[in-house]
Amino acid sequence: MRIRAVGITAALIAAIAVAGCGSDDKSPTVTESAAQAQGELVIWADDKRAAALKPFADKFGSENGVTVKVQAISKDQQTTFVTASQQGSGPDVMVGAHDWIGNLVQNGAVDPVQLSAEQTSGLNPNALKAVTFNGQTYGVPYAMENVALIRNTELAPEAPATIEALVTAKKPLCLQIGQNGDAYHLYPLYSSAGGYLFGTTGSGDYDPKDLGVGKPSSVQAFQKIAKLGEKGDGLLKRSITPENSIATFTSKKCAYLVSGPWAITDVKKAGIKYDISPVPGFQGGQPARPFLGVQTFYVASKGKNKALAQEFVTNYVTTPELAVALYEAEPRPPALTAAFDQVKGTDPDLEKFIAAGRDGVPLPAIPEMAAIWDPFGKAEAAVVGGADPAKTITAAGKTISAQIK
Amino acid sequence: MRARPADEKPRSSAGLLAKTVLLGLTVAIAVWAAFPLIENEAWTGLVILLATTGGLLYLYLTPRHIPLKYLAPGTILLILFQVFPVLYTASTAFTNFGDGHRGSKQEAVVAIQTASVTQVPGSRQYVLTVATTGDPTTGSLVFLITDPATRQVFVGDANGLRPIADATVGSTGRVTAADGYTLLNAGQASARSAEITALAVPTPGGAIRSSGLSRAYEGRAGRVYEASCDCVRDTTTGQTWTADEDAGAFVAADGDRLAQGWKVGVGFGNFTRVLTDPAIGGPFLRTLVWNFAFAIASTGGTFALGLLLAVALNSPRVRGRVAYRILLVLPYAMPSFAMLLVWRDMFNTDFGLINNLFGTDVDWFGGAASARLAVILVQLWLGYPYMFLVATGALTAIPRELAEASRIDGASAWGGFRRITLPLLMVALTPLLISSFAFNFNNFNAIYLTTEGAPFPADNPANGATDLLITYTYRIAFGGGGAQYGYAAAISIFIFLIVAVVSAASFRRTRHLEEVNA
Repeated sequence: MRIRAVGITAALIAAIAVAGCGSDDKSPTVTESAAQAQGELVIWADDKRAAALKPFADKFGSENGVTVKVQAISKDQQTTFVTASQQGSGPDVMVGAHDWIGNLVQNGAVDPVQLSAEQTSGLNPNALKAVTFNGQTYGVPYAMENVALIRNTELAPEAPATIEALVTAKKPLCLQIGQNGDAYHLYPLYSSAGGYLFGTTGSGDYDPKDLGVGKPSSVQAFQKIAKLGEKGDGLLKRSITPENSIATFTSKKCAYLVSGPWAITDVKKAGIKYDISPVPGFQGGQPARPFLGVQTFYVASKGKNKALAQEFVTNYVTTPELAVALYEAEPRPPALTAAFDQVKGTDPDLEKFIAAGRDGVPLPAIPEMAAIWDPFGKAEAAVVGGADPAKTITAAGKTISAQIK
Repeated sequence: MRARPADEKPRSSAGLLAKTVLLGLTVAIAVWAAFPLIENEAWTGLVILLATTGGLLYLYLTPRHIPLKYLAPGTILLILFQVFPVLYTASTAFTNFGDGHRGSKQEAVVAIQTASVTQVPGSRQYVLTVATTGDPTTGSLVFLITDPATRQVFVGDANGLRPIADATVGSTGRVTAADGYTLLNAGQASARSAEITALAVPTPGGAIRSSGLSRAYEGRAGRVYEASCDCVRDTTTGQTWTADEDAGAFVAADGDRLAQGWKVGVGFGNFTRVLTDPAIGGPFLRTLVWNFAFAIASTGGTFALGLLLAVALNSPRVRGRVAYRILLVLPYAMPSFAMLLVWRDMFNTDFGLINNLFGTDVDWFGGAASARLAVILVQLWLGYPYMFLVATGALTAIPRELAEASRIDGASAWGGFRRITLPLLMVALTPLLISSFAFNFNNFNAIYLTTEGAPFPADNPANGATDLLITYTYRIAFGGGGAQYGYAAAISIFIFLIVAVVSAASFRRTRHLEEVNA
């Protein structure tokens, strides 16, 4: 008897739990169908941008009678996005860097966007070029960034015109290298010395079959870089790491800093008098070409509401108000010409960064670029530390081409 | 005795309450998990869920199967958190799962076709108004398209485009009213988002598609999939890429392959690649030897230091033992993640605390020997408090009389320690040492957050002097060709085998030790 009573109570309570939970579970389905009737758009961005986007997303939502959810993804945005998309739990719109495009396309994670002629003419041509991949536009750019030479005007009043001038000035330079190198920050010097990473096809796209690392031009470039290294002029040092370079500059131990708009907030906070000029090239060499990075809005292929996502990305992100708000969240030059003109009056740094990026090239978005970073950086660190340039860079070229195949 | 347990239970009302709450929770979790399973039509998963829940309810509501009641929770957790991940990793190792090969072939085809749609050269963009014939939720979908130049309105559906006369057009070109059509607002339209994206109104040059909800363009798919040849054809050049089911990609006759591939089984391909890859095979032995040296030095060093301090502070003559112990345990209380980064900066050649403090100019991470010494020193600092704690605990459990007795018998302090205390300690600590060894053998953070494997020989940027197998293979699997999960899974199975063999051998020795002491 008692056993049965226990059984019954347990079953009853379990049934109540089921009912309670069942209704719990029903409520999301109800809201879901309600949300579907009025439309829902999910946007993913990093923490800073998610906060800046929120008011505009809400405005878009109320204008169109839809709910817009902005969700902050704090880290590993690209991997999170690709994995979530594959599982069907991804967003409708993703905000991220343009060099993700190659990987996002090979994983079928983003759709191309079709911009009208007026819309494309309103964008900075370099930014537009960066988001073009295999002849398709894969997103709407809203901000650009590239490195420049930031100098402490108290320690170094004049902007150096060449690397040689920088060497003779005998003032420390903060160019981050670290134990394992940093291809992104070195690229202006490498390109000025005559090296390249990938050649370009007839249509201007990067050609993964033409790898420049390991070619004679790259060896010559690294021989020039070796002269600046620890066994040479001592301009480049492995002890300047990605973590300490900005801090070393703001503590006035460096007169020059090679960095981008993201460093300016710290420099201002430290109260340093600074000026911005292009990263100089070698005397008589090629122009120093910094990499251009472009922050982009993507339409997710596997989003649940692609029509609305296309509407938001192609017809709403291309308005200057949003670009200005995103600039205020983090001061990077807007890609939209109208927005850039609006903010450049209040911020003279913007034009200086744009000028520093004039000779720049878009960071390659092809998936093969993933094979470059690590071996190239390590070769850089080894050469700066005094290793033989020819042997080192040839080995790096071999490792990279083995990865690309 | 045996027949009574059923009668005992109802007597404790707290037990009954706990039991009902726990079972209710189990059922609630099952119900919560069932909804997504039903939604995704994962019937196998649903059957497993129902069987497990039903089995659990039966098991705990019946007075029989007492031993099973004790075994069930542990077994379920073991399956969930140990067996399932291992099986999943093993099954992934037999696929090409990774960047470019994540989804199904169908998804790859869709991605290729969508990515190839471009605007027809010379065509213009149109203003779009999404409408239906009849009810906004069920009526068939049409595009009302306004030519911005002439303001002429067309209606388009899957059959084609035809002009309509009686439509009112607003200032932007959007249709504000059209006889016989219901205009959809953004909310209504987004409810039918999938249909809008899929609708292509055929035109002589291609098809008119939507670009959002307010613009339309005439586009043409540059690449189409043809089932007859199981290939993708370029509509302008006529080039074809044929599906290769072994590689999970569309491959052209000249070897060119499309980026969008799909996941296929590759058999033992990943395993043979691990064994034949010269990048792995070449420096493998050197890395393995250093890996063992690192794990042994980290474990042995921390153990020796921890034990020394524990024995020293175990002496009743030391005053303020509690304060000492707290101070010694401090490194353990700090997050090792942050500490590793701090140590990395302290080893900086020009700005690091260590060189500044000693006035030296050592390029710590630049030389193989100094970098190896540095990472072991960091491990020593991070790891000794743990060993100190467990050794202190084990020491207090050993009766002091034993040491006294040995002294009375004429043994020296060292002899007593070596012959009596240490063997007793080892019984308790050996399993911990083995687990610590297994952990350090795969101590990814210790290397990745400090040297990242540096220094690297100039002619081989893939394998550094401080690389452990785990950091080295991580670089191979995720560094160059994007994420290669299948390959990474195969490598991790090899590492698992090495650690398993070492641990199994050590545990056999432990049993031997226990037998001696028993």
